[in-house]
Amino acid sequence: MLNMETEEIIMENEVRLTKKTENLVTGNTGINTEYEIIARNLNVFYGEFQALKDVNMNILPYTVTAFIGPSGCGKSTFLRVFNRMNDYIDGFRIEGEVFVSGTEIYSNRIKLEELRRKVGMVFQKPNPFPKTIFENVAYGLRIQGVKDKHFILERVERSLKQVVLWDEVKDNLHKNALALSGGQQQRLCIARTLAVEPEVILMDEPTSALDPISTGKIEELIFELKNEYTIVIVTHNMQQAARISDHTAFFYLGELIEQGHTKDIYTNPKNKRTENYITGRFG
Amino acid sequence: MKRTRETVIEKFLLSSALITILTTVGIISVLAFEAVKFFREVSIIDFFTDTQWTPLFTKKHFGILPLLSGTFLTSAIAIAFALPIGLSIAIYLSEYAPKRFREFIKPALELLAAVPTVVYGFFALTVVTPFLQKIIPGMSGFNSLSAGLVMGIMIIPIISSLSEDALRAVPNSLREAAYGMGSTRFQTAIKVAVPAASSGIVVSVILAISRAIGETMIVAIAAGQQPRLTLNPLVPVETLTAYIVQVSLGDVPHNSLEYRTIFAAGITLFVFTFALNNISHWIKNKYREKYE
Repeated sequence: MLNMETEEIIMENEVRLTKKTENLVTGNTGINTEYEIIARNLNVFYGEFQALKDVNMNILPYTVTAFIGPSGCGKSTFLRVFNRMNDYIDGFRIEGEVFVSGTEIYSNRIKLEELRRKVGMVFQKPNPFPKTIFENVAYGLRIQGVKDKHFILERVERSLKQVVLWDEVKDNLHKNALALSGGQQQRLCIARTLAVEPEVILMDEPTSALDPISTGKIEELIFELKNEYTIVIVTHNMQQAARISDHTAFFYLGELIEQGHTKDIYTNPKNKRTENYITGRFG
Repeated sequence: MKRTRETVIEKFLLSSALITILTTVGIISVLAFEAVKFFREVSIIDFFTDTQWTPLFTKKHFGILPLLSGTFLTSAIAIAFALPIGLSIAIYLSEYAPKRFREFIKPALELLAAVPTVVYGFFALTVVTPFLQKIIPGMSGFNSLSAGLVMGIMIIPIISSLSEDALRAVPNSLREAAYGMGSTRFQTAIKVAVPAASSGIVVSVILAISRAIGETMIVAIAAGQQPRLTLNPLVPVETLTAYIVQVSLGDVPHNSLEYRTIFAAGITLFVFTFALNNISHWIKNKYREKYE
């Protein structure tokens, strides 16, 4: 059972979500562009091991989708399918189709660099570059060849303000990013991702290495960010998924067991395993 | 009974360590002692300002500059040659090469360091110099260019191997971050991995410089034995080390001023390599705990 407060938050999410979906524009690419991300009949293998089994999912733009499930259930693998970060793993093989804003991302025509500018990622452990705070945020623009100093300056400031880090670091922009606290580093990593204006932000347990206060700040931030971005988050924290997500998908042993509105999953799970997991009976 | 044995073993191990330290102290004291005697007869100002080094001639000059310039020139050529190649190898091995290939090629490269330097020396004299003479007519048979290049080949493994270790110590989470931002492989290597490993790379270069400055056989064989204050890489020069070899093997009487010149040259050499090794040690310690 969830407490009343969480329930209220979920209700609010629902209202926001309905408003958002009403404003969507549909394109004419033949793919249903109502969805930001579409995965169809997806199978993922690492050598002989099948990490994901026939997964289908549609993700609406400007929503937060949480992937939950016990360790090794394939949720991180699925997250990393969307920016093709699994490509570096030996023996990785994928079957099925994945579309991000209407484009099949496993087609040969796709440039990985472009995909990753569109689909940003925040990792489990804060991983700022051993550069200054400023250079961390400017990195994405620099590798794209942006030279305009004024533009970079503006974008860095805006991104740092978006993650509510600006006031804390504005006098120390040229200090090494590694001198920041863990929570600040993680917000910096989010700012670094925002600076290139992605459409989708993937978050792989972004608060698991942080203290409760920093975690709270990141959660507030995610709430703000979904006005402009589509967010997919992997989390081990059931309360977190309930607090911040519109949709929840429960994975178990490579299968997508259940997905739907977070409220439904939490209050009325259809599958026994989902219920057991979110009530803490296993996992 | 058992305790006595333990004590004996402990003392034995300790004495091994002490012998090594005492030997080092002994060498340094002899070097310093003889150098002091030398500087009683030759002013230290002349030593560092005179532009001629002719201790074995009738008209004697004791200016160390020509030997320093010879050492500097050959080492600079070696580093200029070895740094780009060594660093490229390190980047290739750590960022591009498949694991199996790396495991095969790294020991193979380190084999270069196992070649006796005298072999490098006559390789420079009998292969590289004649080859270069075809390209650059008028180049002398003994010259710092060919000695420097071959010395560069010798120190490539120092740079490539230590730099590769430094690059591989860069946590993969940084590479993931770079790829996640849309970096290409090359951008990840150059803009993230290399800067993150920069302290280790600098250390590898300093150790390589130190090795080049102290290197003796190659320069003694291929660079000539004519102390000359020049930056021209095509003419014979003499390095500090080559001079020490020349006098040590010659018939200079012991305890003469001429004999003590090798201690003056020796202590100069020692100061340089000692300083470089300490700098590299300092850098290593200062930047070690950057990542948990």
